[in-house]
Amino acid sequence: MKIWKNAMLGTAVAALSATGALACEADGRVSIIGNEFPAIQTVAAAAGACAGIEFTSNLTADHQTLNVAGMTGNPAEYTTAIVANSSIVALINEDVIQPLDALVAEYGQDISPSQLITVDGKIMAVAFMANAQHLVYRGDVLEAVGLDVPTSYEEVLAAAEAIRAAGIMENPVGGAYAAGWNLAQEFTNMYIGTGGEFFTPGTAEVSINNAQGVEALEMMKALTAYMNPDYLTHDSNATSAEWEAGNVALMNMWGSRTGVLMDDEGSAPEVYENTMVSGPLTVGDSGTPATTLWWDGWTVAKNVSDADAAATFQAMAAGVSSDILNDETMSQAVWLMDGFDAAPVNEGVLASVAAGSRPYPMRPFQGLLHTALGDNIADFLQGNESAEQTLADIEAAYTAAATEKGFLQ
Amino acid sequence: MKHSSFFWFVLPSALLMLAFIAFPIVSVVTQSLYQEHEQVIIEVENCGPFGCTTAESVDQEATAALREAQPLGQFAGLDIYKDRNHLAFAEVGEAWTSSVSMRDFAGSLMNLPFYDAIAFTLTYTAVVTPLTIIFGFLIAIGVNAVARAMRGPTIFLSLLPMIVTPIVGALVLFWMVDARGVLGAALQWASGDPDLSVKASTPLMWIMLMVYGTWSSAPFAFIVYYAGLQTVNTDTLEAAMIDGATRWQRIRYVVIPHLVPLTTFIALIQLMDNFRVFEPIISFSAQAHARSLSFAIFNDLGGETRLLSSAAATSVLTIIGVAILLSPVLVRTWRDFGKER
Repeated sequence: MKIWKNAMLGTAVAALSATGALACEADGRVSIIGNEFPAIQTVAAAAGACAGIEFTSNLTADHQTLNVAGMTGNPAEYTTAIVANSSIVALINEDVIQPLDALVAEYGQDISPSQLITVDGKIMAVAFMANAQHLVYRGDVLEAVGLDVPTSYEEVLAAAEAIRAAGIMENPVGGAYAAGWNLAQEFTNMYIGTGGEFFTPGTAEVSINNAQGVEALEMMKALTAYMNPDYLTHDSNATSAEWEAGNVALMNMWGSRTGVLMDDEGSAPEVYENTMVSGPLTVGDSGTPATTLWWDGWTVAKNVSDADAAATFQAMAAGVSSDILNDETMSQAVWLMDGFDAAPVNEGVLASVAAGSRPYPMRPFQGLLHTALGDNIADFLQGNESAEQTLADIEAAYTAAATEKGFLQ
Repeated sequence: MKHSSFFWFVLPSALLMLAFIAFPIVSVVTQSLYQEHEQVIIEVENCGPFGCTTAESVDQEATAALREAQPLGQFAGLDIYKDRNHLAFAEVGEAWTSSVSMRDFAGSLMNLPFYDAIAFTLTYTAVVTPLTIIFGFLIAIGVNAVARAMRGPTIFLSLLPMIVTPIVGALVLFWMVDARGVLGAALQWASGDPDLSVKASTPLMWIMLMVYGTWSSAPFAFIVYYAGLQTVNTDTLEAAMIDGATRWQRIRYVVIPHLVPLTTFIALIQLMDNFRVFEPIISFSAQAHARSLSFAIFNDLGGETRLLSSAAATSVLTIIGVAILLSPVLVRTWRDFGKER
């Protein structure tokens, strides 16, 4: 794993040197904590290629359990955390990242204004890529049953029934429905798609026990009837594996994972050649797509010296400059920098943005609701209790947690 | 031993126990009695690549002074213990008055996360502990009867489940019982039900977790019993043989009485271990079907917003649970100890 990582960094650095992106020069300590996938590795490698900096990076799937702790000390262990719109709120809540306005004015000439994440008028992060869940489908299977590409979950159910009736696949629908974070994310998508609001505006009081909540749960349950019976153990990785095995024809999947599904590794030509992406799905008639938009971006720690903050900003700005885009890195993500050319794998995310999808909510207490959702929805999907009971349980679990955290009194 | 030499003899270990056992427990108990300060919620405008939205945020300046003055948070007493995600006194009381039958009450109780977790944890402990002891004993008897030349390899094989990293061993079994795995397909064939899936059924998932638990901890009981078997008095065994005792009678009346003190030791360790069951739930992705107290702690700390006080309260409840479970064994050991003197 380690060797592989170094090799990856090596090729990325070599690719960068070839394009002459090593113009960055700074003086100070740069230490990155972030998630681990190819796009972030590219960014970290480019930032680390800066001349004159003392560089370390810790890219791991467990970054969320490390970043707050690693940025609380003074000086902070990590000078920058790569986060998404859900995870930045924990850093803002704990007050461990600094506003970047002054640094952007001094060193951020090349950052496009649309990349700046502002909270209450202050720049808190610089986004470099977008992500969203959208429909992935098997063109050949839909053709075999003579149906158009579904645009709503109702059409997905109809298509699934047709595929099952034609005897092509027993469980044609896939989805990351593993109990916990993934399942909560699917509910969040579906509930937004029904037009529901999670909280009473201006307060931390949850309000999901309503008709939209029931509608979202009912649709999820209807979909699970066409899924592999083990769906509650299938996270994004297992769902992708099911897809590559050719067992699934329709699924709502992350744009950042479609590249793996469409390449010629891990699946038969019949599967990867017919894997197509489309826009987000709708549910009911609210008109809001049942998906959420996500960005990944970097922050600068509060508890670091001004010199280290400046060095970190310069290195990370170089890490997400247009210079990192080349043939190899272009298709790794939907980059937000100028000079990005979309490949076919990126169309789903772009369609989600174009369809007016809503970003995943950046609320300090949304994470608590996410946990409560992930803990309770499985009870309803397994038929142990009614939708209303499940929603009441979620609200009660959230309320107890939010009271402990001081959001509710 | 003189009092002063006893003091100096135990001082290092007493200090280490204080630092690594007592202080963390004091810190966890303290944490569980506090909750965070009241957070002032304001509405702000957030902008990014997807446009601007209005969302709630925390007024950092309003709470900064409070946090500075009381970094632990505000004193909550036993509020965290009593809330819905722990002992849920209010909800249990309400379920008691509103339910029409015991069955109804049990259903409402199992809907509360703490009681759901304790139900699985206790069942797991009650099933796995005796099974571990029985299987460990049987393996030890079996290995002891193997020809001397073959003993080394047999012991090694019997210890394998303990040598294999728990998470790897569990993942291997997880994939074997998959509907398309070796064991999963065999189960479907044996039951004649092509849709049977261990991962989709709560009872089967519980059984699988307990099978795994027994498989992974039986070697511990085995190695303790095997060591004990080497100290069985051969004179007594030979005398029993001369008296015409069968193999079963020798085991029943000579070996088992000799190993009883070891059983107490194994039971103590296994009760503690099994009450803290955690890894198999993660490796089997079983959280939709089974949750334990340790899993609840992990869940509190693993979210995007960490619930430190909630996790601390569950930890304290776990410690109390272990203490209650161990009390019969401890009381017995204490009494036996008193008698011998």
